Amino acid sequence: MEIKSSLHQLKEKFKGNTFAPAFNAFHTFLYTPNDVTKGGTHIKVADDLKRTMNMVILSLVPCLLFGIFNTGYQHFAAVDAANGIIREASFLGNFITWENFLLGSTKVLPLVIVSYVVGLTVEFIFAVIKGHEVEEGYLVTGMLVPLIVPVDLPLWMLTVAVIFGVIIGKEIFGGTGMNILNPALTIRAFLFFAYPTWMSGDKVWVHGAVERTGTAEAISGETILGSYAQNQEIIYSLSDMFIGFIPGSVGETSKILIILGALFLIFTKIGSWRIMLSTIAGALFMGLIFNQVVDLGWITETSNFYGLMSVPFWEHLLIGSILFGAVFMATDPVTAAQTLKGKWIYGFLIGFISIMIRVFNPGYPEGVFLAILLMNVFAPTIDHYVIESNVKKRLNRIKLKTA
Amino acid sequence: MALLSKRDSKLILDPLSDNNPITIQVLGICSALAITAELEASVVMSIAVLFVMGTGNVVISLIRNIVPSRIRIIVQLIVIATLVVIVDLVLKAYAYELSKTLSVFVGLIITNCIIMGRFEAFALGNAPWRSFLDGIGNALGYALILVIVGFFRELLGSGTLWGYPVFGDAIDMTGLYALGYENNGFMLLSPMALIVVGIIIWIQRSKSTHLIED
Repeated sequence: MEIKSSLHQLKEKFKGNTFAPAFNAFHTFLYTPNDVTKGGTHIKVADDLKRTMNMVILSLVPCLLFGIFNTGYQHFAAVDAANGIIREASFLGNFITWENFLLGSTKVLPLVIVSYVVGLTVEFIFAVIKGHEVEEGYLVTGMLVPLIVPVDLPLWMLTVAVIFGVIIGKEIFGGTGMNILNPALTIRAFLFFAYPTWMSGDKVWVHGAVERTGTAEAISGETILGSYAQNQEIIYSLSDMFIGFIPGSVGETSKILIILGALFLIFTKIGSWRIMLSTIAGALFMGLIFNQVVDLGWITETSNFYGLMSVPFWEHLLIGSILFGAVFMATDPVTAAQTLKGKWIYGFLIGFISIMIRVFNPGYPEGVFLAILLMNVFAPTIDHYVIESNVKKRLNRIKLKTA
Repeated sequence: MALLSKRDSKLILDPLSDNNPITIQVLGICSALAITAELEASVVMSIAVLFVMGTGNVVISLIRNIVPSRIRIIVQLIVIATLVVIVDLVLKAYAYELSKTLSVFVGLIITNCIIMGRFEAFALGNAPWRSFLDGIGNALGYALILVIVGFFRELLGSGTLWGYPVFGDAIDMTGLYALGYENNGFMLLSPMALIVVGIIIWIQRSKSTHLIED
């Protein structure tokens, strides 16, 4: 007997069982079930929720792989720097190396595994309690979470945060498709406010920097944003920033891979190009305003904000996680605005507020996640007013006709 | 013979469960968020509210027939203000450190919607003894939630209970801290208090399903 039909028989056997949803989740993950709808007309399309989710995961895989190598590379580069050796990053020379991969995977893969195991366990428990099918929403969240945390984050903290994020961020609203806040960002926000010493500062972004603090082998883990906030010299070149040879959260550093992911999402019509574009536009606009403020001489070098305000507006896209947020977080179809005009407003404000928080509050290492969460909350309001204005426009049209 | 008649004991017991001022009526949330970072502060706040509500309800009930209805709100405010000042002075005299932690929130008992709510809804129309029981009952219902929230926030946020370390010393890295445990700073922020109250409401409604509105 084939696996497919024997799985079907197993399913029939355990129908109505408490753990049927759990079984079904694994079943449909690999195979299309035998049951089909009966009667009526049904149009079947290939891109169901599961396929959509898998496409997003595919677009994230390059970032994950790069993050693994980068974790190793940043660690060894920082160790070298502490010994007075300045490394010149070269992709095949000292980046794609066995030792980078080995160190990176021992640090990053546990994050991925913990994220998935804990998150899916919570999902399964809720599915069994509620007696509905397990939803696919966590497949993407589980992949996003390890990419947006610092590499040295203790695993138990991630566990607590994932449980919190999945329950409070998603399940209490009714599960996938009903949540107001992006679950992955809820998890990051929880981590940030609960354990700020592990989520910000100049140590956590490079593996080993925390445990070596105060010893003779101390290494630095400062990010570019951190250096700018303290008006320090930046040691990374623009091409380093673009390719991603810089410290930061695991998956956010490589801008080129994020852009490739974005093109993939736009090509497969999964991510909204409107949101991506308007987020970037908003960020550039805010950056331009700050540049103007500096150019007009309204603030001087003595100001706390001078460092970040004088960053050329386009360079804001290369540092921090604004691109990653714009492509993978802001476009979450559940929490984003739904109307076309609303998407432009929603994205623009995300970019605008992100850069504003980044510049005005260097205490927050990155404002992008806060900006997206804030706009998640406002998305329904934006949609409401877009629809209202449409209704008004059409009513006026009727009036004109009848008048 | 029972201490209280069935009708009277309902006045005490209802606010503890199915008619809880915080989780069902969603009143008095502000103070529940503001002062519950420590268990001790929660308990002292609860006692203060217990005193103000018990006494206040009796006073209002006693004068309910002689106060003209158009100025009743002012009279109620004066009664609460008097009682709150008494509490504030007692705290300053006998528990100065604590009164500093509670700071403005003792004074702000006056704005606690539960108190005005009970004056209006109950004491104005009932005899002193029943009003007293109603005040005590509602204050206890308030206290119950405050203590639960305060317990979890102090335990998880500071790793202490009533000021005594539970998980070991965070600075000397003993006990759980030696294993890498860290206090959850989010617990000390007010949003987390709101979430804890929300979780209590969630648990309560899933236990007694008749409370769920459609």
